[in-house]
Amino acid sequence: MTTETRRIVFYRDEMLPPKPPPPATTGVIGWMRRNLFSDWWNTLLTFIGLYIIWLIVSWLVDFAILSAVFTGEDRNACLPKNGVEVGACWAFVNARFNQFMDGFYPTDQEWRYLLLYAVGIVLLVPLLIPKAPYKGLNALLLFGAYPLLAYLLLYGAPSLGLPVVETTQWGGLLLTLVIASVGIVISLPLGILFALGRRSELPVIRFLSIVFIEFWRGVPLITVLFMSSVMLPLFLPEDVTLDKVIRPLVGVALFAAAYMAEVVRGGLQAIPKGQYEAAQALGLTYWRMMGLIILPQALKLVIPGIVNTFIGLFKDTSLVSIIGLFDLLGIVQSALSDPKWSTPTTAATAYLFLALTYWLFCFGMSRYSIFMERYLHTGHKR
Amino acid sequence: MKKLIAMALGAVVFAGVTATAQAGTLEDVKKKGFVQCGVSQGLPGFSNPDDKGNWTGLDVDFCRAVAAAVFGDPNKVKFTPLSAKERFTALRSGEVDLLARNTTWTMQRDTELGLNFAGVNYYDGQGFMVRKSLGVTSALQLNGAAVCTNTGTTTELNVADFFRSHKMQYEVVAFEKADEVVKAYDEGRCDVYTTDRSGLAAQRLKLKNPDEHIILPEIISKEPLGPVVRHGDDQWFDIVKWTLFAMVNAEELGVTSKNVDEMKKSTNPAIRRLLGVEGKFGENIGLTNDWAYNIVKMVGNYGEVYERNVGPKTPLGLARGLNALWNKGGIMYAPPIR
Repeated sequence: MTTETRRIVFYRDEMLPPKPPPPATTGVIGWMRRNLFSDWWNTLLTFIGLYIIWLIVSWLVDFAILSAVFTGEDRNACLPKNGVEVGACWAFVNARFNQFMDGFYPTDQEWRYLLLYAVGIVLLVPLLIPKAPYKGLNALLLFGAYPLLAYLLLYGAPSLGLPVVETTQWGGLLLTLVIASVGIVISLPLGILFALGRRSELPVIRFLSIVFIEFWRGVPLITVLFMSSVMLPLFLPEDVTLDKVIRPLVGVALFAAAYMAEVVRGGLQAIPKGQYEAAQALGLTYWRMMGLIILPQALKLVIPGIVNTFIGLFKDTSLVSIIGLFDLLGIVQSALSDPKWSTPTTAATAYLFLALTYWLFCFGMSRYSIFMERYLHTGHKR
Repeated sequence: MKKLIAMALGAVVFAGVTATAQAGTLEDVKKKGFVQCGVSQGLPGFSNPDDKGNWTGLDVDFCRAVAAAVFGDPNKVKFTPLSAKERFTALRSGEVDLLARNTTWTMQRDTELGLNFAGVNYYDGQGFMVRKSLGVTSALQLNGAAVCTNTGTTTELNVADFFRSHKMQYEVVAFEKADEVVKAYDEGRCDVYTTDRSGLAAQRLKLKNPDEHIILPEIISKEPLGPVVRHGDDQWFDIVKWTLFAMVNAEELGVTSKNVDEMKKSTNPAIRRLLGVEGKFGENIGLTNDWAYNIVKMVGNYGEVYERNVGPKTPLGLARGLNALWNKGGIMYAPPIR
């Protein structure tokens, strides 16, 4: 008989399932306990914050929706009813909506800029989606053919059966978009060139770049606009007038280019010297080194700065309203002067509409820049 | 790619460079086929775009009247909205042929700036608005009042002069934008709101209860507003000046846009001369003899234009006051056509 002692051994071959954390520390409740109610001071602040939010939101909802007037023919619709002030006068925005969109663009020609928008979206969206094919062709169309098409469609070409629409008739969101997009499209390449110029080893180029950048950064945009609209006509010969839209267009583009140059220069400085040396050791020429090695890295680093400049530029276009151009802000302010619609709430409504429109565009740009940053975030995470 | 952008830009710039104004403004205007008229970016009743995008207002209608006189078509006019700061440059550089932008006629502008005022199409003046509940009936009772006004305009200086010359105390509450001023007044941050009387009438519409406010009778400044042309072209100056006179004369003679065709058969020699039935007054200033007929027929006489844009039946509801004809208690007076 073998004394075989059966050793009874017990071991688990699997771990105990983890117990759920106490319910009070997870999920929404846990998050709130950690972040909003961790001690009496935070709790107090939370309640004060909630109260302020409640005040703003309830006022906004009441003003913009509950007691707002949506339809009406003239100011009588938006006047206080039985002594009670009404909310937003959307009827006014509704009546003027077309004007806010395109200024005095002839109604029967509206399809022209709508078509332009459509083509712009069709060309722009694939360019913004990183995985979409044919980037080169797409960019060529957008930056080469599209401006030409925009000029033909917006301004017109009698030989093609498109009657001329003078720039004085452009206005509203259309004009804002024209100024902003021309500014953006010109300022980026120009800014890159000036940034490279400022870091160039050729003294003349470096000097000229510095002069350009420091001049345009040194003057406020409003001065540039005033100079272009008030002084420039006096310098020009008497029989020459420069188009009223061209003047701020050039001013805004050059102004933005100077800012862009400094943003890009920041990116260039962040690239380690080894990258330059490696590229040179491979025998790359200056432009190939910049185009293939340095700029792709540098631009990626400064995406937030670039988009910042774009957003600033987009909002700065509203300054042209002070030189008598009817951009989005200008046309809204001019519409406010119509006695047919003057009521206590018309102005507030119009500015609310303005703020929403500007916010939509700026927020869109900023979201895209965040997406791009994440997409390109390869190996630089620290 | 960049070349294409440059080419496109070049084309835009090239298209933007156009020839304008040499010596004879009338010839230039006739050649290009329209009158380029500088107007305000938006001033209630004087020039503001309506819902359809058409320009309306007293100043705008004056531009149309000039176009009617020159071309026999009130629509042959293009409007350039100008800010207060750039208006004179635009006129002097030839960007506009005529400035009808509620511009006050002052000596400095008339002489030093090289401009000619072609008359007055609206006599404005600075006034005061107060709450009825204040029980004030005259501006002289405003001692110690808080006065709301716009910053950096002559209105602020006029108030200072007025209160100082009457040895009264006051406190200024000034804002940049008219909307802010009217809001502050409506919320009771000041007792008095002062600006030009036409402006008071317009801003009053933005108050919660316009009926609770009155405009005091005192006028503390002279603001004769009128159309302006550049120095150095007397023919064009004459045309603009007599366009205004024709409109005033037409009202005085009872010629309106509705009865102008019957009036052509009138035996009154003044009417016959006005409408070009007798004499060659139009040809003498380089136009056709029916120039004034066209103005009245297509735009209206001064009274009609006034009633349509700022008169009692419009939201502004401005009584004629000083702007009534000279024989009806106002000071609107035009030399005779003879």
